[in-house]
Amino acid sequence: MISVMQTLRLALQALVRNRSRSLLTMLGVVIGVAAVIVTVAIGTGAETSVASQINGLGSNLVIVIPGSVQTSGARTGNGGASTLTVADGLAIVKLPGVTAVSPSVNVRAQLVANGQNWQTSATGVAPTFTVVRSWNPATGRFFTQSETDAAAKVAVLGQTVVRQLFPDGSDPVGQAVMIKNVPFTIIGTLTPKGQSGAGQDQDDTVLIPYTSAMERLAGSTTIGSLLVSAVDGAHIASVQSQITGLLEQRHGIVGGAPDDFQVRNLADIAQAASATASILALLLAAVAAVSLVVGGIGIMNIMLVSVTERTREIGLRVALGARGAAILRQFLIEAVVLSTGGGALGVVLGVASSAAIALFAGWPASVSPGAVALALAFSAAVGVFFGYWPARKAAALDPIRALRFE
Amino acid sequence: MTPVVEVRSLRKVYPLEGGDDVVALRGVDLTIEPGEFVAVMGPSGSGKSTFMHIVGLLDRPTSGTYRFAGHEVSALDADALADLRSRALGFVFQSYNLLARTTAIENVELPMVYAGVPAAERRRAAMEALDAVGLVKYAQHQPNQLSGGQQQRVAIARSIVNQPQLILADEPTGALDTVSSEDVMALFGRLNAERGMTVMLVTHEADVAAHARRLVSFRDGHIISDEPVRAKVLV
Repeated sequence: MISVMQTLRLALQALVRNRSRSLLTMLGVVIGVAAVIVTVAIGTGAETSVASQINGLGSNLVIVIPGSVQTSGARTGNGGASTLTVADGLAIVKLPGVTAVSPSVNVRAQLVANGQNWQTSATGVAPTFTVVRSWNPATGRFFTQSETDAAAKVAVLGQTVVRQLFPDGSDPVGQAVMIKNVPFTIIGTLTPKGQSGAGQDQDDTVLIPYTSAMERLAGSTTIGSLLVSAVDGAHIASVQSQITGLLEQRHGIVGGAPDDFQVRNLADIAQAASATASILALLLAAVAAVSLVVGGIGIMNIMLVSVTERTREIGLRVALGARGAAILRQFLIEAVVLSTGGGALGVVLGVASSAAIALFAGWPASVSPGAVALALAFSAAVGVFFGYWPARKAAALDPIRALRFE
Repeated sequence: MTPVVEVRSLRKVYPLEGGDDVVALRGVDLTIEPGEFVAVMGPSGSGKSTFMHIVGLLDRPTSGTYRFAGHEVSALDADALADLRSRALGFVFQSYNLLARTTAIENVELPMVYAGVPAAERRRAAMEALDAVGLVKYAQHQPNQLSGGQQQRVAIARSIVNQPQLILADEPTGALDTVSSEDVMALFGRLNAERGMTVMLVTHEADVAAHARRLVSFRDGHIISDEPVRAKVLV
C-alpha cells in the first residue's frame, strides 16, 4: 500500500512535469481568490468610510426640537412651540450618557462685510458645538464660554459665507461683519463640511454665541433646538428616552398628553448608509465567488484533459501495481494542490493589491483574516469538488486499453 | 515447486452487440515453472496478447482456471490483484512506457512506491537493478536523453526491481533496431540464466523467440505447439 505522503510526492512530481500548464491552471483560482480578498477589503473599507462620514454629521447626535402647539384650534407644525429653553439644555447635560449639549438658535440674517452682502442663517450655539457636531475652526478660533456668557459680538463664518463676502481672498479673521445691522467681529472660519444628507449646503452659515443670537438678533427667550451628544452609538436609545422623561417632567406633561417636543437621532440615516455598504460588499463577494467557481471549472477542464493525455501513464501505473484508490487519490491531490496553490498565490496577490489600492487610491482597504481563511478553504473545496470527477475517470480506466492508447 | 503460471481450459470471449461474440481464447492449458524462459508466438489475432493480459492479471478469463504462484486468481478482488502485480509481476512493454521528465532511477523506483517500500531501500534496490542492466551511470538521465535500447533496459530494470516471480515482456524489441534488440534479448537471457528469473515473452519475430528456451505458438485462440528451443542461437 502506498502512503498519502508518497501519493502527494507523485502528484507534485506530475505537476512539476507540466510546470507551465499547472501554473496556467492555477491562474483561475489565483484571480478568484485575489478577487475575493480585494473585494472584501474594499467592501470593509467602504463600510468604514461610510461610518466615518455618518460620524462626521456629529458624534452620536441626538436632536431635541420643539413640538407642535395648538392655538384656538390651529395646530402649528413641529418646531412651532416656543417651549425649549436653555435651562432644559443645562438639565440634559447632567444626564448619564450625555457628553455635551449645545443650544441652537436660527435667525435668517443679512450679512454685510468687505463691501459685499449675503443672506444666510445665523446660528446661535454654545462652545460645545465643536464637540457635538465634530466641527472645528479652520482659521482663527471658536468663541469661549465667557464670550457666550457675555453675549459677545463675535462670529465664526462657514466657508460659503467666506467665499461670498471675501471673494478677493483676503483674510476675514479680525474684520467686522454686520449681522442684521449689528456689528460683529469675525474671530474664525469653519472647516468645509459640504452638503448634508438632505442636500443642504452646511457651509452656508455663520455661528455666533446663542446668547447673542437670542438677545441681539431674535429677541427671544426660547431656543430653536438642542443638539445633544451621546457617549457612543449604543447609548443613543437610552439617552433619547431619558431626555423624553426629563423634558416631560420639566414641561409638566402628564398622562397621555402630547409632548411639546421631539427627540430625534441620525440612526436611520446611518442604518440606511451602512445597509447600502453591506449590500455593496455582498455584491462584490458574490462576483468574487463566481470567479472562484469559474476557476474551479478551469481546474476540472484541465484535469479531464490531463486524464485523457496521461491515459498511457495511468495504464502503466495500474500495471505496476497501483490500486484504483491510489490513482484516484493522486489525481484528487493534484487537483487540490493546484487549487490551494492557486489560493495561496491568490492570497499574496490579493493582499498586495489591497495594499496598493489603499496606498494609491486613498481608499481604506483592510484585509480581514477571515476572508483569507475563507478564500483558502473555499479554494481547497473547489479542488476536491472539481477534481473528483476527473480522478474517478482516471481510476476507472481499463489498464489494457489505457496501455494501448496512443 | 509451485508453478508460476498454471492455466487450465482458459477461455476469453469478448461479447459484441450484434451477437457475434469474439472468442479470443478457446481453451488454453499451460504451465510455466519457476526459472523458465518462455516465448509466446503467433500472428495477430491469435490470442497471444489476450493470454498475456490474463497472465499479467490485467484481465480476467471468461471461464477456466488460472493459478498464479499458487493463488487462485478468480478469488481475488481488484485491490488484491493490484498488490500482486506490484509485488510479484514485472512488465516490459514495446514502447518502454517510462515516465517523461523523470530520471531513470525514479522510473525504476515506481513499482516499489506502489508496493510501499521505504525510500532508502527503494534507492538501493533501484541502483542494484540499474546495475543489472548496466546503466548505473545513467541513473540521473531522463528518458529523452537515452537511446531506445537504453530506455528499454531502464524498463527492464523497473520490471525486475521488486524481484518478481514472473517478468512479462510484450514485444520488447518491437521498437528497437537489430543491435539493440540483440542487446535486450541477451539481457533477458542473462537474467534468466544467472538470476533464475522466470520470463514470458510475447513476440511475432522468430529470431527474437529463438532467445527463449521454450516456444509456445498460438493460432486462433489455441496453443498449436509447445516445444523446447534448440540451443543453436544461444550465444
